[in-house]
Amino acid sequence: MSLWSRIANVLRGDRLSREIDEELESHIEAAIEQGRDPAEARRAFGSALHQREESRDIRLLPWLDSLRADTVFGWRQIKKNKVASAAAVLSLALSIGACTSAFRLIDALLLRPLPVAGSERLYVLTVQGIGPSGEFRISDSCEYPLFRRLRAAVKDQAELIAISYASRTDISYAPDQELEKVHGQYVSGWMFGSFGLRPALGRLFTERDDVTPGAHPYAVISYDYWRRRFDRDPKVIGRTFRMDKYIFEIVGVVEERFTGTETGVAVDIFAPTMMYGGVTRADWSWFRTWALLKPDASAEPVRDRLRPPFQAFQEERAKGFGGTMSKRGIDNFLNQSLQLEPAGSGRSDLQKNYRLALLALGILVALVLLIACANVANLMTAQAVARAREMALRVSIGAGRWRLVQLILIESAWLAFLAVAVGGLFAWWSAPFVVNMINPPDNPARLSLPADWRVLGFGSALAFSVTLLFGLAPALRVSSVKPVSALKGGEDPHARRRSMHALIAVQVAFCFVVTFIAGLFVATFDRLSNQHTGFSSERILTLDTLAARRQPTAYWDQVMEHLRSAPGVEAVALSGWPLLSGNGWNGFIVVNGAPPSETLSYFLNVSPGWIDAMKIRLIDGRDFRAGDSFPGVAIVNEAFARQYFGGENPIGKWFEKTEGNGSRPRCQIVGLVADARYRNMREPITPTAYVPFHGIDLSGAWQPRSAGTLIVRTSSSNPAALASLLRQEVTRARPEFLVSNVRTQTELNRSHTIRERLLAMLALFFAVVALLLAGVGLYGVLDYSVLQRRREIGIRMALGAQAADVARRVTVDMFAMVLLGAVAGVALGIGSVRYIEALLYQVKTTDVRVLALPALAILAAALLAALPAVLRAVRIDPVKMLRSE
Amino acid sequence: MPKPDSLQGSLDLLVLKILSRRPRLHGYAIMSAIADSSGDVLRAEEGSLYPALHRMEEAGWIRAEWITKDSGRRARLYELTAAGKKQLAAEESRWQAVTSAVNRVLRTV
Repeated sequence: MSLWSRIANVLRGDRLSREIDEELESHIEAAIEQGRDPAEARRAFGSALHQREESRDIRLLPWLDSLRADTVFGWRQIKKNKVASAAAVLSLALSIGACTSAFRLIDALLLRPLPVAGSERLYVLTVQGIGPSGEFRISDSCEYPLFRRLRAAVKDQAELIAISYASRTDISYAPDQELEKVHGQYVSGWMFGSFGLRPALGRLFTERDDVTPGAHPYAVISYDYWRRRFDRDPKVIGRTFRMDKYIFEIVGVVEERFTGTETGVAVDIFAPTMMYGGVTRADWSWFRTWALLKPDASAEPVRDRLRPPFQAFQEERAKGFGGTMSKRGIDNFLNQSLQLEPAGSGRSDLQKNYRLALLALGILVALVLLIACANVANLMTAQAVARAREMALRVSIGAGRWRLVQLILIESAWLAFLAVAVGGLFAWWSAPFVVNMINPPDNPARLSLPADWRVLGFGSALAFSVTLLFGLAPALRVSSVKPVSALKGGEDPHARRRSMHALIAVQVAFCFVVTFIAGLFVATFDRLSNQHTGFSSERILTLDTLAARRQPTAYWDQVMEHLRSAPGVEAVALSGWPLLSGNGWNGFIVVNGAPPSETLSYFLNVSPGWIDAMKIRLIDGRDFRAGDSFPGVAIVNEAFARQYFGGENPIGKWFEKTEGNGSRPRCQIVGLVADARYRNMREPITPTAYVPFHGIDLSGAWQPRSAGTLIVRTSSSNPAALASLLRQEVTRARPEFLVSNVRTQTELNRSHTIRERLLAMLALFFAVVALLLAGVGLYGVLDYSVLQRRREIGIRMALGAQAADVARRVTVDMFAMVLLGAVAGVALGIGSVRYIEALLYQVKTTDVRVLALPALAILAAALLAALPAVLRAVRIDPVKMLRSE
Repeated sequence: MPKPDSLQGSLDLLVLKILSRRPRLHGYAIMSAIADSSGDVLRAEEGSLYPALHRMEEAGWIRAEWITKDSGRRARLYELTAAGKKQLAAEESRWQAVTSAVNRVLRTV
């Protein structure tokens, strides 16, 4: 009863006081009834107030009571300064919300462990070394025959699990039904068991489901897919669908928490690795190898056991490279080393692409938060001056130092609490908003962003540290108030101003860093999106077209012909895939029987008319004609001519392409075209050879194809409007064909700058916020100092000081601080750039514009912020001022 | 802190003892009872009595209850709880031990 009743008493403090008073009154009455002198009876109690306080403290928790009183008082104080409090809460809320949001994203993408048993013992196998493109790379893809050997080598220390890259594929539930896009993944049969996962329905795979290539057409679907596609229908077990060349049967639904091991992708369908077409190939690398260590094993010994079989496998493979790869290429291949990297939080391209970007954004928003904290600290300090007399009074009637610290800290906590509440709402909205902007619109990244104890803990820790950050200094300052000097109205005002000015310098420095980095991101986005592509993406629609079986070349030509007659179509061509779609086909080049080239060149199958449809400039020679085939002829770009023919006109010359199986198809160059971007916007243009869409085999017969992309240049400026019509027309032309994906070329181009766009947009937003906050901070401090020095200014003006002189006097200190802050900011900014270099493109920090723009922006903000205070200073009427004193 | 008075820490014991003999007394009655039964030798000060009563109430040794007197004014009556009875026994034996020890010291000189 005791503790609880004391806590309860805190909440009904007034009633408690009344009861104590009443009891004492009744005592005095009883005493008077017994004939005692009323005055004497009353005197016997001593001070009634003291008596009441003493009894109160016994019957409740004094510390809790003082906390309650301060909380109530703090709330009143906040309500009293409505505008200032609202400004403080809003600026804090925005930055706290942004920080929480950044934390949610970083946590979801990089930190949160996978929901599987033993995630802390989970590693991914990587191969590091110089890759075929001649650059250092870390690859995590693996070949299945190698995987078998590796698994056997570490059987007693770790379980190796093969999990393919989640890919977006087309499946159909019935032959006549439309294709559906799903995220599919091929996994080792023992994966579910090793990860300790249970079925929500049916059964999961076991080792027995993953033994013979092509013999286990079973699928497990994810819970989310079961809910979305089948509305949790239990009859889903036994349903069949076609994926690639097999008909799969659904045997189970995995429990809800597991959506694959790639953070950012929610897998819909799992199939056994044995059903993957390349499972027997030693030259296909198509999956990641995961190592789940046994509880008592450690990573180094396992890695050392994996290395000999890996090296042996590499050497066997290298034997087959003779004649298809240069000597240096083979050496590089053999010098690659196998590593184990911790992967308890999953592993995905999203992580790889956004790790640095998110960390950079996180740091930017943290800087904005610090700027906001500095603002609020200055605000509190200014308020504390106004309350110096109140504090002095509190000290004189016996308030302890700690009690004053508590009072101010609780006011700060109020601000922080309100800010966290508003910021929480902001974070709740903004984190999914950012996730939706990652990846192309038709395939958004899927990150689960639960608001659980991790986020809550981060929010609370943030609120606590923010409170200390902006509240502690003013609180300690207030608590050291000297009642005598404060009540006299004296106290050295410059001490306060000095600390406020120091904070201004810090704000300006951080603000500079934020605007500077934002400028770099904006410039990067600008350079990348205005990058010369070498082709025209205007009015181009790309239709990825599939057939269940390979179709003869004549059918493909027929579809192309049919579309040409559709309304609104200007030109139609075929290619293996669209430019900048992320796909690539490469090989080494042999010219005149010399050893193979050391670096890779790109290849693309295109039909006659493709160069024209894409508006790629033909420099010399001719386009393909009907009847051209691969091997046979090729059109090459300028980079190709430079690299292999020393810049001479290559028309009429021959080259060979090395193939994995040792063959060397020969092509004669019939055309030379201008450079065009093939795979991405960043890397330099690589030598590229365009070869005919139709291929012939060794006997010279035409080879049928099952996939290709129709490139359509429309006459309307909005090509997407034709998408559904063209989709139907393709199937009408030949019922064997289905269009799986329709995208505009502009969309494809833009998909290469999504990250840069996101970074530029968010960084710019925070730069504006930082400028705004710094401006408000400057304004506040200047205004305060003018207010404090109005007597001095009045006297100066009375003695004949000019307005310009007054303005200079008022602002000179602050502009010195701005300058100091800017210099520190430049140093910080330039120093930090090397950490984000990978996110930048063709921007140099030594570029004057990159440095000058943020500096000018800050200067403009400072001038604007100084204006009201300066006006106030020069408008001071000396007569009025001096009279009022 | 209650001011030291003539009772020297034995106030709790006296209050508990009085309440064990006569339940349901208000503060003034307890004070009078202490004075009467000690032949006016011991006096509980008002300034110490009420904090002590409230402290013992918080400790759970006594409980209080409001009644309305004929005059219309409310009075707060105290009575012993089970925990209070135990406490009384403990305080009594402690008191006996202390006084006999003090007596022994006085005798040996």
